[in-house]
Amino acid sequence: MDFYGVALRSRLLLGTALYPSPAILADAVRAADCDIVTVSLRRESGRLREGQDFWGLIRDLGVRVLPNTAGCHSVKEAVTTAQMAREVFGTPWIKLEVIGDADTLQPDVFGLVEAAKILSAEGFEVFPYTTADLGVADRLLEAGCRVLMPWGAPIGTGLGLNDVYALRSLRARFPDVPLVVDAGIGKPSHAAAAMELGYDAVLLNTAVAKAGDPVAMAGAFARAIEAGRAGYLAGPIEPRDMAAPSTPVLGRASLA
Amino acid sequence: MKLIVNGSPLEVEAETLAGALAALDYGDAVVATAVNGAFVPAASRAARSLSEGDRIEIVAPRQGG
Repeated sequence: MDFYGVALRSRLLLGTALYPSPAILADAVRAADCDIVTVSLRRESGRLREGQDFWGLIRDLGVRVLPNTAGCHSVKEAVTTAQMAREVFGTPWIKLEVIGDADTLQPDVFGLVEAAKILSAEGFEVFPYTTADLGVADRLLEAGCRVLMPWGAPIGTGLGLNDVYALRSLRARFPDVPLVVDAGIGKPSHAAAAMELGYDAVLLNTAVAKAGDPVAMAGAFARAIEAGRAGYLAGPIEPRDMAAPSTPVLGRASLA
Repeated sequence: MKLIVNGSPLEVEAETLAGALAALDYGDAVVATAVNGAFVPAASRAARSLSEGDRIEIVAPRQGG
């Protein structure tokens, strides 16, 4: 799997927010054995400098960072945040979020396409947080995106894959585009299901960070994602309505 | 002069964005900056002069999903 020409080993992208402590975050990233973590930008005080310690911790983990534009509700905010992120994190990668609804954190897909166009023209490599809509996906690819990240369910809900049909359609329609299910994952089985649909990777945060044991859950997700991918590659059987005996009928003893 | 720094009004003795960062004790902290909603790259901070009431945003890496 590669994103914008960067070959990656792990198919789990992990968020860095909401952990009980920085030490648990670091242990969870190690247990997840992931190559990419997501990060953000927030206001820094010259006196407190809270962001500097966090950045030191992430750098020590030796993983790639995918900065986000979380919380941006307009194209202008998202573009400016991306520009600031590129400088601070030294990467052209940006997880582009343009939020359209405060309650569901649903993407504003019109703003998303517009921002993706601007950022792609400025040399960014955009990872758009989008819906599973095929038309929007087309526009994002036209805008220059080479990875798509449809939501499974609203951020932080843990509802899993809300619209399996839409996700399956997206996979079938764009067989060669790296697709990442981003958001809404609650349990390892949800992540495995995304991988079994043929998705390339899963991005999650809350499901690990807010678990009873985040480090154990990070490991569980890593294994579920590997298993789901292996199952997809192995070619699952087609479901059918009627039973079909697995034990041979021929040679059955006549005992009636 | 009076500036709005990260949403709070502050009296800062500085003519430029680089001067304001120094006056506000950012030193060598890893930050990105914007003035009045527009990104100002680190290399341009010394040349970016400030005016009364300018809105400055100073951000740094933070946890994110």
